[in-house]
Amino acid sequence: MEVVAKLGRFGILVCERIGISGIILFRSLIRKPDFKHGFPALIEQIYAEGFLSLVIIIVSGMFIGMVVGLQGYNTLNKFGADQALGQLLALSVVRELGPVVTALLFAGRAGSALTAEIGLMKATEQLSGMEMIAVDPLHRVIAPRLWGGFISMPILAMIFSMVAIYGGYFVAVQWLGLDAGSFWSNMQAAVDFDIDTLNGIIKSIVFGFVITWIAVFQGYECVPTSEGIGRATTKTVVYSSLAILGLDFVLTTMMLGGW
Amino acid sequence: MARQRIIEICVGIFMILGILALVFLAFKVSGLTTYSYANSYKITADFQNIGDLKVRAPVTMAGVKVGQITDIQLDPETYAAIVTMRIDRQDLIPIDSTANIYTAGLIGSNYVSITPGFSNQFLKSGDVLQRTNQAMILQDVIGQLLYSLKGGDSDNDTSQQQAANGSAN
Repeated sequence: MEVVAKLGRFGILVCERIGISGIILFRSLIRKPDFKHGFPALIEQIYAEGFLSLVIIIVSGMFIGMVVGLQGYNTLNKFGADQALGQLLALSVVRELGPVVTALLFAGRAGSALTAEIGLMKATEQLSGMEMIAVDPLHRVIAPRLWGGFISMPILAMIFSMVAIYGGYFVAVQWLGLDAGSFWSNMQAAVDFDIDTLNGIIKSIVFGFVITWIAVFQGYECVPTSEGIGRATTKTVVYSSLAILGLDFVLTTMMLGGW
Repeated sequence: MARQRIIEICVGIFMILGILALVFLAFKVSGLTTYSYANSYKITADFQNIGDLKVRAPVTMAGVKVGQITDIQLDPETYAAIVTMRIDRQDLIPIDSTANIYTAGLIGSNYVSITPGFSNQFLKSGDVLQRTNQAMILQDVIGQLLYSLKGGDSDNDTSQQQAANGSAN
């Protein structure tokens, strides 16, 4: 009986957390827009979440593109199909690797920072201080961070895809001597903007939404101790990564199956 | 104030990079051209069998892409496949042209190739291409080949039998 009760308590707790996170999201986003104060805060957050993530995104995009180019070339070469490398590279990067790897890196780089920052604000009672002077912390602190993440993530994913394709181009064309014309033209013939590129961008938008939501919620609802902040940061990365990989499967099924 | 300005410039760079990436993905990777479809029109053709033809497959003339397949339906009356294609250039296809379904390479995907006729009149929007050749199905060809080989063998057999009979006689 105790086990059943424990399970029930756990279920209620999970529902409660999801409900709280939904309420936080709703109360942060659904409100009258305040461009005069909101815009500088949003710029600051895009800088912190997007621009500062650029280095890791560009470097890892470069290397992933180069590795896919090298591996693809060696495998395709066995079948004499190395002309199809451009298509292999572009489709795998634009559809899958771009959004997913960017999202994983974004969760580690920006998501954890968001959680730690908001968690520390809570631990040092800055959030309750804001409430005392009648400033809504959801409006002042959470909303710009959410919007910053929503905007940054798709841009980062697109930059990742571009850099990865150029990385593969350098390996395949400049190094291994594949013909540049067939590389690009096979790519253009195989990749469809509506189906492949746009779906990749939609994926990155969904991932950005989920990561930022999880990160902000974990920070806002963390136990306000140094240990609690550490645990919340870990949870952000773990939950975001699981959510990304799970959602990626669901989204791919939807896009390929045409639900 | 200076810090705010640096942040704004950085975000501006970030945005520009994002737009560049989108343009790159759209034009260089997806091959999306700025071509407007104002000049394009749709024609249909009925095929007995379209093989493995898919929507979005290219329509070519002399190997040059002139349009693409937009829709494939089955006619419930004649059991023919009604293939709708979008042609991107006006006054291109004479009305007595022939549409063939070919395979790119040995095991590649199928596409429609239009062999132009000699008429001075051209197909207009909504017109039907009358002359079509159905897709060559590799299995059917192999089947016919085997059948004809087999037929040849049986001929040989009978001639051999006749020869044997003749020698016996």
